[in-house]
Amino acid sequence: MSTLTRLAGSEARLFLREPMSVFFALAFPAVLIVVLGNAIPAFSEPSADFGGELPINLYLPVVLALAVGTVTMTSLLTVLSQYRERGVLKRLATTPVKPSALIGAQLIVNIGALLAGSALMMAAAAVAFGSRGPENWPGLLVAFLLGSAAMIGLALLIAAVTPNSRASAGVGSLVYFPMLFFAGVWTPGDMMPEGARRVADFTPLGAASQAMQDAWYGDWPQPLHLAVTAGYIVVTGVLAIRLFRWQ
Amino acid sequence: MTVIEVNGLSKRYGDRTVVDGVSFTVAEGEIFGILGENGAGKTTTVECISGLRTPDDGSISVLGLDTRTEREQLRRLIGVQLQESQLQDRLRVGEAMQLYASFYPDPADWRELIAAVGLTDQVRMPYAKLSGGQKQRLSIALALIGNPRVAILDELTTGLDPHARRETWKLIRQIRDRGVTVLLVTHFMDEAERLCDRLAVLDGGKIVALDTPAALIANVGDVDGYRANLEDAFLALTGSGRDN
Repeated sequence: MSTLTRLAGSEARLFLREPMSVFFALAFPAVLIVVLGNAIPAFSEPSADFGGELPINLYLPVVLALAVGTVTMTSLLTVLSQYRERGVLKRLATTPVKPSALIGAQLIVNIGALLAGSALMMAAAAVAFGSRGPENWPGLLVAFLLGSAAMIGLALLIAAVTPNSRASAGVGSLVYFPMLFFAGVWTPGDMMPEGARRVADFTPLGAASQAMQDAWYGDWPQPLHLAVTAGYIVVTGVLAIRLFRWQ
Repeated sequence: MTVIEVNGLSKRYGDRTVVDGVSFTVAEGEIFGILGENGAGKTTTVECISGLRTPDDGSISVLGLDTRTEREQLRRLIGVQLQESQLQDRLRVGEAMQLYASFYPDPADWRELIAAVGLTDQVRMPYAKLSGGQKQRLSIALALIGNPRVAILDELTTGLDPHARRETWKLIRQIRDRGVTVLLVTHFMDEAERLCDRLAVLDGGKIVALDTPAALIANVGDVDGYRANLEDAFLALTGSGRDN
């Protein structure tokens, strides 16, 4: 077994022992959809305003974006900055294993949790409301992966430039809530005001959410949204690698 | 045989010189102590020797390897215990030992090691539930898990009760008896005196004395009519620049 696999296995075990991270990464998207759909009866009845669609279905790609934002800005960011602050990375630097391997293991675990949580959400929507999946699977996967990578890059960058875990948590939530807004969590689909949407196009999670919504309804994501997420990946990735301190 | 060779080591942080022209050698199988007050440059010195920091000046070779350019080979051969370096809260003692054992080509038997530091009953306990002394002992065990030829231990017994300190000293002597060279950082006089074959006394980033504990004490003679101890020798050596 390679060191990275071993570390990822160990980090996955630790992840599963943390009830809060398990809930928010794995269960939260599904719980949110089921609760929303049941709390507001109109959400799960076909609506003429939405072309005969269930309004709850509008939420599915948006909740995918929310899941991406939650895993990267809370779970991943917290662990990365704690590992540096508490000297876990520094201790590893004294062994034949590079501390970057532990960060790699954390990425594997968080991406795995994100995929599992998203799949669970779609399955829950299918069971509870008979929702169909996305009409353009390849388009959705591309948008989901680009959006996730852009937000991971942002998490790495915040972990790199903040002095301690309290500061990273603070900056993380300053980023998290506006990102949810631009992703359309409060204004899904066409409900987002035009001005806000123009800003959202240029935020990593807003662009990813738009791209996932397009793919959900069978279109291909707009080149602008893919380019924006790809741009964030490059910029945050390069800066994070340059600025990250291991201790 | 010389195992550690430090030559004119200097390290600055900004315009503050923390280590200033330090040179010494450590022979195979020696327990070599670095003694000094807080801020004397002890930790920076051993972090440079461990290859964690790059010196601004001077050269360091450990087991014939350059600590700047041959870090990867070096890390398989040394074991390092750092101050204030923690583990993941929910990682259990046994899991940590097995994980770290897997990093090395020829690891020690982790169960034997965990018994030697007295943590057998805590094998299933998560790191966060360990007491300060237990964390310290786990840290020592992790430094030794790779069967290192050189063990670098920073503030070895800080936070341990007297009984655990004696046990730890015994463990360090056992490791040395197996041929491991030990570089020890401490600010405890009794530990330096009992455990170390030779001592470098560091003050303001410079070595102010380097000798056996007995010779350092003998140089001071009597103090106020009493036979001097290591603390008297230490105070006489590091007193410059201070009021008393």
